[in-house]
Amino acid sequence: MSAPVIDIRGLVTRFGSHLVHDGLDLSIPAGEVMALVGGSGSGKTTLLRQVIGLMRPQRGDIRVLGQPLFSGDLQADRVLRQRFGMLFQQGALFSALNVLENIAFPLRELRWLDRETIHDLVMIKLAMVELEPRHAWLMPAELSGGMVKRVALARALALEPELLLLDEPTAGLDPDRSAAFVSLIRRLRDQLGLSVVLVTHDIDTLSALATRVAVLGDRRILAEGTLDHVMKQDHPFIRSFFGAARHAGSAY
Amino acid sequence: MGVPTVSFEMTGAQPVAVLSGEWTLTGLRGRLDTLRRQLASADAARAGHWDLREVTRLDSLGATTLWRAWGDRLPERLEADPHTLDMLRVAAVLGPCRPAPRMRPRRGDALVALGRLGGALVAQLLGMIALSGQILFDAVRMLRFPQDAPLRELSANLYKTGVTALPITALVGFLIGVVLSYLSALQLKTFGADVFIINILGIGIIRELGPVLVAVLVAGRSGSAMTAQLGVMRVTEEIDALVTMGVPATLRLVLPKVAALVAAMPLLVLWTSASALFGGMVAAAVQLDIGFGFFLDTLPRVVPIANLYIGFGKGLAFGLVIALVACHFGLTVRPNTESLSSNTTRSVVSAITCVILVDAVFAIATRHIGMPT
Ligand SMILES: Nc1ncnc2c1ncn2[C@@H]1O[C@H](COP(=O)(O)OP(=O)(O)O)[C@@H](O)[C@H]1O
Ligand SMILES: [Mg+2]
Repeated sequence: MSAPVIDIRGLVTRFGSHLVHDGLDLSIPAGEVMALVGGSGSGKTTLLRQVIGLMRPQRGDIRVLGQPLFSGDLQADRVLRQRFGMLFQQGALFSALNVLENIAFPLRELRWLDRETIHDLVMIKLAMVELEPRHAWLMPAELSGGMVKRVALARALALEPELLLLDEPTAGLDPDRSAAFVSLIRRLRDQLGLSVVLVTHDIDTLSALATRVAVLGDRRILAEGTLDHVMKQDHPFIRSFFGAARHAGSAY
Repeated sequence: MGVPTVSFEMTGAQPVAVLSGEWTLTGLRGRLDTLRRQLASADAARAGHWDLREVTRLDSLGATTLWRAWGDRLPERLEADPHTLDMLRVAAVLGPCRPAPRMRPRRGDALVALGRLGGALVAQLLGMIALSGQILFDAVRMLRFPQDAPLRELSANLYKTGVTALPITALVGFLIGVVLSYLSALQLKTFGADVFIINILGIGIIRELGPVLVAVLVAGRSGSAMTAQLGVMRVTEEIDALVTMGVPATLRLVLPKVAALVAAMPLLVLWTSASALFGGMVAAAVQLDIGFGFFLDTLPRVVPIANLYIGFGKGLAFGLVIALVACHFGLTVRPNTESLSSNTTRSVVSAITCVILVDAVFAIATRHIGMPT
C-alpha cells in the first residue's frame, strides 16, 4: 500500500462545550476512493473542513499529501492547496462570475497561462464533466442543481489535483442524475488517477464508488476498511445504517 | 520529476519527434513557451513520426499544447501509451474556435452609452413608481384585513432606524452646530451684528440643515442596510419562500420599512435640529457671550414657527424617498454578489441625490413661507 494521502492523528475538535471529535485517527491510502459515513451531526463536514485547512483543530495532527497544512511557509501552504480540489456541498460557485470564469478562476490565479490556453483548458474541463460549450456563458443562478455540481467539479479539477474531496456529491440530485454523477466521478478518477475522499449518506453512491469505507461515530472512527469488512462489524450504528441501506438498496 | 522535453532525431528522410517527461501543469511551468517554439519549428513541421512513449504523465495542459501545435488533429504516425492517447483524444473536443477578442470601444459608442443610461434611469423611475403603487395597494388591503398588519416588523424597524440612530445624529448635529455658530460668529463680530447669530442658526438649522443632515446620515445607515437585507433575501431566495407561503413580500418587508422611516424621520429631524441648536448655543455663549436664557427667549421671536413645520415636512418626504429608493434597489438585486454590492452603492447615492432634489423643490415651493418680515 502506498503512502497515505491524508493522515490524521489524535484529532480533537470542540465547539464550546460540544465535543465533536475526540482522539480521532484516520489514514487514507493513495489511489483509493474513501467514503466517510456517519450519522447526521457526527462531524463529517467538520472533518473535511479541517482536512482542507478551513478550520484548525484544537489538538491533533493532520497531514495532507505528506505535508502539514499550516507549515508556517505561506508559499508552501499555497502550493499544497493547489494539489487538492474540493467539491462543496452547495457547489460554492462564485455567483458574480459565469461558468467559464468560474472554472478559469484557479487557472488565472496561477498567473502564467495566457488567455487562449485558459480558454482551451476550460473547454476541456467542461467536456470532461459532460457539459456543452454553450453552457460556459451561463451564470450560476441559471444552472440546475446537477449542472451546479458539474461546474463545481470542473472547477475543483481545474488545477489537475491529486486528491479530490467531495462533500455529499449526490445529495439533492434525483436518482438518475445521481447515478450519472457517480459514473462521471468514477470515469474521471480512472482517467486522471485521483485519490478521492467523499462524504455521503447515500448507500448507492457509496457502493458504486467507494473502495474503502470509514464510519464516523462516538467522536472517532468506528470502523475502517473495505465495504465488506466494515459491514461485518458489530456496532448498533453500523448495523442500522447498512441494514436500512440494504433495504433501501433492494427497493430499486 | 521528469522535465518535459521534445527532441528531433534525424534517422531517415523525415525527423522523428521524441517527447518525454511530465507534460503537466506543474511540469510545464516556465517551460511552456520554449516547448511551444520547438513544437512550431521547421523540424516539427516535417516530422512524420511522433514518439510519446517516454511521456510519464500528460494532463489537459499538455494535451492542449500538443493538439494546438499539431494544428487541431492527431499526427498520422503516433506512438503513445493508452493513457496518454486517452488524454489526447479528450483534447479533440477543442474546436477551432478561440475566445472572441475583447470588444474595443468605438466612436459613436458614447452616444449609445448615454442612451442606455437614460433608458436605465427611466426604468428605475418606473420601477419606483410601481413599487409606490404596490405599497399603496398593500396599505389599502391592510385596512380591510387589519390582522395582516405587520406590527412587529414596524416596531422592529422603528427601533432600528429611529432609536439606534439617536446617538450618532445627536453627535453629528452638535458638532455641526458648534462649527456653524463659530464660523458665523467670527463674521458677525466684525459687523457688530452679534445677536443675528440666533436668526442665522435658527432658520438655517431648523429649516434646512437639520433635515438634510439627518437624511444623509439615515441614507448611509438605514438605506444601505435595507438594500443589503432585501438583496441578500433575494440572493438566497428567501423572498420567493415568503411569497410561496402566501405572504406578500411588499406588505411584510417593504411597507414596515417605509412606514417606520416616514414616522421616525421627522422625530429624528427634531432631535438633530435641537442638538445642533444646542451646539450653536454653546459656541455662541463662548464666542459672543450670548447667554442660554437670552438665546432661548429670542429664538421663537425671530424664527417663525412655520420653519419647524417645513422641517417636519421635509423629514416626512425624505424618509419616504430614502425608504422607497432603498427598497427598490434591494428588490431589484440580481442573484449574485456583484449585483448586491453595486445596488447597495446605487441605493445610497440615489437616495442622497433624490433627497437633494426634493429639498430643492421644497425650497422653491415654500419660498414665501416662514421668512421673518
Ligand atoms: N461553526 C460551528 N459552531 C458550532 N457548532 C458547530 C459548527 N459547525 C458544526 N457544529 C456542530 O458540530 C457537529 C458536527 O457538524 P457537521 O460536521 O456539520 O456534521 P455532519 O456529519 O452532519 O456533516 C454538529 O453537532 C454541529 O452542530
Ligand atoms: Mg454535512
